[in-house]
Amino acid sequence: MRYSAWTVFKQGLTGQRGWTPAWRSPDPQSDYDVIIIGGGGHGLATAYYLAKTFGIRRVAVLEKGWIGGGNSGRNTTAIRSNYYYRASAKLYGHSLRLYEGLSRELNYNVMFSQRGMITLAHSPHDIELARRQIGAMRLNGVDTEFVSTAEIARRVPILDVSPEARFPVFGGFMQKRAGTARHDAVVWGYARAADALGVDIIQNCEVTAFRRGADGAVTGVETSRGPIASRRIGVAVAGHSSRLAEMAGFRLPITSYALQAFVSEPLKPVLDTVVLSPATGVYMSQSDKGGLVIGGGLDLYPSYAQRGNMPVIRNVLGAVAAQYPSLGRVRLLRQWAGIVDVVPDSSPIIGASPVPGLFLDCGWGTGGFKAIPVGGTVFAHQLATLTPHPLAAPFSLERFTTGALIDEAAGAGIAH
Amino acid sequence: MLQISCPWCGPRDEIEYRCGGQSHIIRPGPPETVDDDTWGRYLSEKINPRGEHLERWLHAAGCRRWFNVARDTATHRIRAVYHMVEAAPAIGNDGVTL
Repeated sequence: MRYSAWTVFKQGLTGQRGWTPAWRSPDPQSDYDVIIIGGGGHGLATAYYLAKTFGIRRVAVLEKGWIGGGNSGRNTTAIRSNYYYRASAKLYGHSLRLYEGLSRELNYNVMFSQRGMITLAHSPHDIELARRQIGAMRLNGVDTEFVSTAEIARRVPILDVSPEARFPVFGGFMQKRAGTARHDAVVWGYARAADALGVDIIQNCEVTAFRRGADGAVTGVETSRGPIASRRIGVAVAGHSSRLAEMAGFRLPITSYALQAFVSEPLKPVLDTVVLSPATGVYMSQSDKGGLVIGGGLDLYPSYAQRGNMPVIRNVLGAVAAQYPSLGRVRLLRQWAGIVDVVPDSSPIIGASPVPGLFLDCGWGTGGFKAIPVGGTVFAHQLATLTPHPLAAPFSLERFTTGALIDEAAGAGIAH
Repeated sequence: MLQISCPWCGPRDEIEYRCGGQSHIIRPGPPETVDDDTWGRYLSEKINPRGEHLERWLHAAGCRRWFNVARDTATHRIRAVYHMVEAAPAIGNDGVTL
């Protein structure tokens, strides 16, 4: 069923009884050309591009819970490409371009809103770093510009920019094409589009072991819904990547941490952009429903518990109250945590694993949502052609042996 | 809020501490015999278990000394605290430290 204004109008006239499920719930077949473990944004996007770009339609997406129930449903929906190194800028820049056409591509409104993102500078040193960042981004073809304190005050009137502020604002830089999208819609849009091309989305299907041939290559998976055979298996499970690697007998340079997010009660429109404060790690936007969506730093010890700890809650919300005094008495609606897969250089790992036939799309850490379209594109290329996509080639697992790290932890000042 | 018992200072809130990650990592050597693959693994690979994790902690806002903690990464329950030079305490059948 094609979605359009006319469909909505027609269904409105006929009692909304003609809507059909957006995707099937098939039982798993005995074998597939490609199995993708993880029914989040990356896994579903990979399945979609496998079917669309490469015509590989005998694809299963195995999800242990429900699709989009992991980090895809736990992020803060910010989309940007303000990275430092060229490889990252190209990768995330491509993702941003795909997001710009995604609603039309998927025939599903992902509510991508390019409301821009401002990164604040709180000291003369921050200004120097911002200038350096702007220079690097422009050289890499990412549009960005310096914004003055006056301009920030005009654009974000709730931000305390006074000289007496606990975190004074000296200026900042802005990526105007950055923005937010509706996280569920991205997942559901890819699921629906992949399903329409023949991909089987199998929920409540947890992978419990890998089947291996005599040569060590994967031949399939054992799941909670029985064995499924495939000689090409992609793993896109974010914070749980180490567990899948352990099943396959190798280790990854990944540590899993809880990253918290918060959403407030709905407010009248007070913030029409995304604001990041590097000093406090807090970033905030306002959803279309009016809730302030707030993110901060990691809980700084390894965790698989999908809830946050109190000290970080206090730090994040204390920073919000200090920087946005008028929000001091706003109540929170929800607080949650997702388990993010943090790599020493804060860049993703895309490509072959040490096990033949098993491929990795992981290590996106705290920034996986913005990379869903490009993650799907490059991982589908890897699974279909068995060679890395040019955009993904620098992000192989081998870089931890060769030393060719892409250190965005230092470059773009990612705090984790 | 975790409460962690520093071996020297006793129980304190987690905000006084800093987690130093996986413990008991042994540096391969001698250096001239270590190939790139082994060195890369030593530098970057993590066990990262869902379950008990043996990790180093620093009492940053207290005595500023390091020690080991056996902590479950799914429940955050701390089973044991032990000194840097000690091996991890064994687990009994009932799941508690022997």
